[in-house]
Amino acid sequence: MAERCAVVGIGQTKYDRCLPVSMDGLVRQAALRALEDADLTFADIDAIVIGKAPDALEGVIMPELSLCDALCAVGKPIHRVHTAGSVGGSTAISASTLIESGMYNRVLTVAYEKQSDGNFMWALTGGRSGGAGAGGSFAPWIRNYMRKSGAPDHIGWKVAVKDRRNGAKNPYAHVSQADITIEAVKESPMIWDPIHFLEVCPSSDGAAAMVMTNAAGAKRAPRPPAWVIAHAKRTELGVFPGRDPVKPVAGMECAKALFKKAGITDPRRQIDCAELYVPFSWFEPMWLEGHLICEEGEGWKMVDSGATEIGGDFPVNMSGGVLCSNPIGASGMLRLLEPANQVRGTAGDYQVEGARVALGQAYGGPSNYFAMWIVSSEPNPTFS
Amino acid sequence: MEDIAIVAFAQTPCYRKYDDSEPSMIMGLVNQIVEEVEIDRHQIDFTIAGSCDYLTGRAFAFIANVDGYGAWPPVYESHVEMDGAWALFEAFVRLQMGDIGSALIVSSGKSSPGTPREIFPLQTDPYLGAPLGLDPVSAAGLQARALLDSGKATERDFAEVVSRSRRDGLSNPNAQVGKDVPVEDLLKEPYYASPLRKHDLPPISDGASAVLIARGQRARELCEKPVWIRGIDHRIESHHLGLRDLTDSPSSRIAARSLGLDAGSLDVAELCARYSPEEIVLRQALELGDGTRINPSGGPLCGHPVMASGLTRVVEVARRIRGGEAGRGLGHATSGPALQQNLLCILEGDA
Repeated sequence: MAERCAVVGIGQTKYDRCLPVSMDGLVRQAALRALEDADLTFADIDAIVIGKAPDALEGVIMPELSLCDALCAVGKPIHRVHTAGSVGGSTAISASTLIESGMYNRVLTVAYEKQSDGNFMWALTGGRSGGAGAGGSFAPWIRNYMRKSGAPDHIGWKVAVKDRRNGAKNPYAHVSQADITIEAVKESPMIWDPIHFLEVCPSSDGAAAMVMTNAAGAKRAPRPPAWVIAHAKRTELGVFPGRDPVKPVAGMECAKALFKKAGITDPRRQIDCAELYVPFSWFEPMWLEGHLICEEGEGWKMVDSGATEIGGDFPVNMSGGVLCSNPIGASGMLRLLEPANQVRGTAGDYQVEGARVALGQAYGGPSNYFAMWIVSSEPNPTFS
Repeated sequence: MEDIAIVAFAQTPCYRKYDDSEPSMIMGLVNQIVEEVEIDRHQIDFTIAGSCDYLTGRAFAFIANVDGYGAWPPVYESHVEMDGAWALFEAFVRLQMGDIGSALIVSSGKSSPGTPREIFPLQTDPYLGAPLGLDPVSAAGLQARALLDSGKATERDFAEVVSRSRRDGLSNPNAQVGKDVPVEDLLKEPYYASPLRKHDLPPISDGASAVLIARGQRARELCEKPVWIRGIDHRIESHHLGLRDLTDSPSSRIAARSLGLDAGSLDVAELCARYSPEEIVLRQALELGDGTRINPSGGPLCGHPVMASGLTRVVEVARRIRGGEAGRGLGHATSGPALQQNLLCILEGDA
């Protein structure tokens, strides 16, 4: 690889049900905050990569065309990535590739969604599902995980409580429930059996942005960089007999490739914390197993033991995760952005003390798209 | 910069209506490419696609296209919601990193299920533009009018572009339209979106194209005549038509300058000129002279599979270089109303 990539600027908007701002305003706010963090301006940026979920969510085709003025992209390269729910992760990885190629010195990447401008449930199926939504696809797989692993019902509730309490520490989070209890989750309405209302991600507006640069740029950055140590993406066919959607091969191969590139041999011990794409509570134990962080059948035990809480030995979704904010296109980017926050020491009240190496993961489609990266406070972390 | 070459390419014919699915178009092309270079599909290190959900009329439509290039066992893959030429850009950037050797780029689009003039106003600014319903044809009409008013072109110039392109389409087996019509006859046709006549517009097409690229040594292993990519750059202009000089293409010029493009060295240029006046704007902005053959395939005026049309321009240039008709050429792709965004790709054969 020609150059190393470092995240030197991070910017987010508040996530909310309906932000009273245009899409232009939304992406610009996140971009300006990331630039300010990096002590740069739009004029310093060589190229821009944007990402969002389907155009049909807001009814804007190829939004890079109308957003280019708000992002001061005129006269520059700007391109748009779309890989379903994993798109924010894929977008960040695409942007880091621009730096790693040696072709660009400073890249701005922005991902967003303005769910209040459309109707995701409608867009997902062209209005024909009668509201089955994403949860309708995933609930049977969660049931399957519970059956195979023998996980008790309360595991999902426990993840929801942890994430919502973590979200209360994140000033940008859409949903913040510091006082939520297991009982409240259990008693909340059943949406898609076994998923209760309080185990479901919200519909959010919001944008996230990062400024990336090379080693020379990182040296000049005013705040500590997060070094991109490795990234990986894998896709498998969405539907076919013989595929295991509970533990997709693409998810395992993506993790294997990622860990190998980073030099990680014992992920649970060598990674300090992780942000995983968990739109429904049960996906936390499913991804802990599905990404080889623990043995099969052990994921729910990690949750049960408190290992994934801040202060546990493998904290997950310190920011509150997708369960607290789901600006779809940006959700995947947030999963990669928050680990950068952790290793830069800028995660505020949800900071994991001494976080040195962090994992970010996003998935999409019917659990068939995966995008991951490892970031570190050190450019060349060693593992023992 | 790493030496990266196109080692194989394929395209479907441009169809007015392709009755089978988009993945089936892609699958045919991928099979054709892997057979030609005699490798297993899983020896391709990276795959990236370009397509548009809106053409299919279904959010997440691109997920089905994965079936077309095969993803079992899982593949390292990505997708841009842009013309496949931008997928080529991202693949080219990715190969610069040096850790992988080859990448497959596929692009596809089926315009036949919808009505492009009704769909594409949604490409404009959603608050002030889209409600007005300004569609690509009307934007092209404004651009044509600006050209006439500026004195940079005449209606006869438009007709000459059409006459030449449609004649060239006759010898392109993948073209949807081909016809030998003299300029005088074209000028007698009625206006459609004044000052554009129907023949100044591209046909509505379904189609796909694909390209396999590889780094230096790997490229030579995979084929006898690699077509080297000497550079790719793309730039955008303001979305607001009122802020632009529609008679010029500054974004193309910036891209050309950053690539160090010497227009005089180009034997061939395939321009993604969707409307005849666009060719004139591009020719002038890029300073293409008489020594450069423009759109020998007939260009988008003879077949315009949206999302694949730009990558197809690159394919057409590669074809001519490989065939020995040209030594050096330019592939161009565009996106947005009135040439808002432009991509240039310089290709060259072995000396």
